[in-house]
Amino acid sequence: MSDTPIQAGANKERPLSPHLMIYKPIPTMVMSILHRITGAALYFGTILVAWWLIATASGAGSFETAAWFFGSFLGRLILFAYTFALMHHMLGGIKHLVQDTGAGLEKDFTTQMAKLHPIASGVLTILIWIIGYVVR
Amino acid sequence: MANQNDMRTPLSRVRGLGSAKDGTEHFWRQRLTAIANIPLMLFFIWTIISLNGVGYEQTVAYLSSPFVAIVMLMVIGAGIYHMKLGMQVIIEDYVHGAAGKALLVANSFFAIVIGATCAFAILKLGFGG
Ligand code: HEM
Ligand code: HEM
Repeated sequence: MSDTPIQAGANKERPLSPHLMIYKPIPTMVMSILHRITGAALYFGTILVAWWLIATASGAGSFETAAWFFGSFLGRLILFAYTFALMHHMLGGIKHLVQDTGAGLEKDFTTQMAKLHPIASGVLTILIWIIGYVVR
Repeated sequence: MANQNDMRTPLSRVRGLGSAKDGTEHFWRQRLTAIANIPLMLFFIWTIISLNGVGYEQTVAYLSSPFVAIVMLMVIGAGIYHMKLGMQVIIEDYVHGAAGKALLVANSFFAIVIGATCAFAILKLGFGG
């Protein structure tokens, strides 16, 4: 094969398509995939919501079983993770809605936002749980 | 836009639905339900917080108030529809062929089963246990 225009560039060491396994992750990429992961986690978590509702509607006995599970250490751990996933996904979703208008797409700003995002999600999650324990 | 080589009819162009037949409808509904989800999920979190540690009677009493029952139905409606649309995109991105089709069917069924279960429970509680 001779030097076609496409091949001409191939021997220069330029980045090819992003091989995700060897690609240095940057904050915005990480937050983007986390939006998908948290969305999927929330998806399967709805099984727990359905269980809680149907148990409550079915009577005291099944309610106590569900309440025991959610009150256990494992139950609390799952609920805490669910709160974090929801906060992370909600903030990411709000960001999506803002970006849909074309606002705030400057490179440095997006990176700052991506670094702030997990921190803000963590702060909101802890805040919700503090309120939960104070109200109790 | 009005390209000489465009083989579509003027009507097809006006409808703007493209070859997938539903145009930007999926995208828009994902956004619409996302906007609805913001206040609804905050309400849901508030509900869980205020029911944290209270017993059976109080939980039933809270969930059977008409206001709570109506808003909870909206939480479930918007939330389930949103997650169904979202999971559809994830499946379409990663799984192709027959397996993808099967997962899309499973996705619809999952959403309907969860939605029907939650809606039944909320209505039963709302109409007085
Ligand atoms: C005025 C409001 C906001 C504007 C204009 C804005 C704008 C942006 C923009 C343009 C990006 C770049 C996205 C990309 O490269 O894909 C971005 C990324 C991001 N922002 Fe913000 N944002 C706002 C509010 C928020 C809030 C409240 C949070 C949550 C703490 C947040 C979290 C994030 C995250 C996690 C990313 C990376 C996600 C991704 O890459 O898809 N943003 N934001
Ligand atoms: C709390 C308020 C919520 C907001 C503001 C929100 C917002 C969004 C937005 C804007 C998208 C589209 C992202 C894109 O086009 O790439 C999305 C995707 C998605 N959402 Fe939500 N969402 C919320 C709650 C939920 C809940 C409760 C669930 C599940 C029960 C969920 C599951 C999903 C899934 C599975 C996707 C698809 C993710 C993807 O394609 O990468 N979301 N969400």
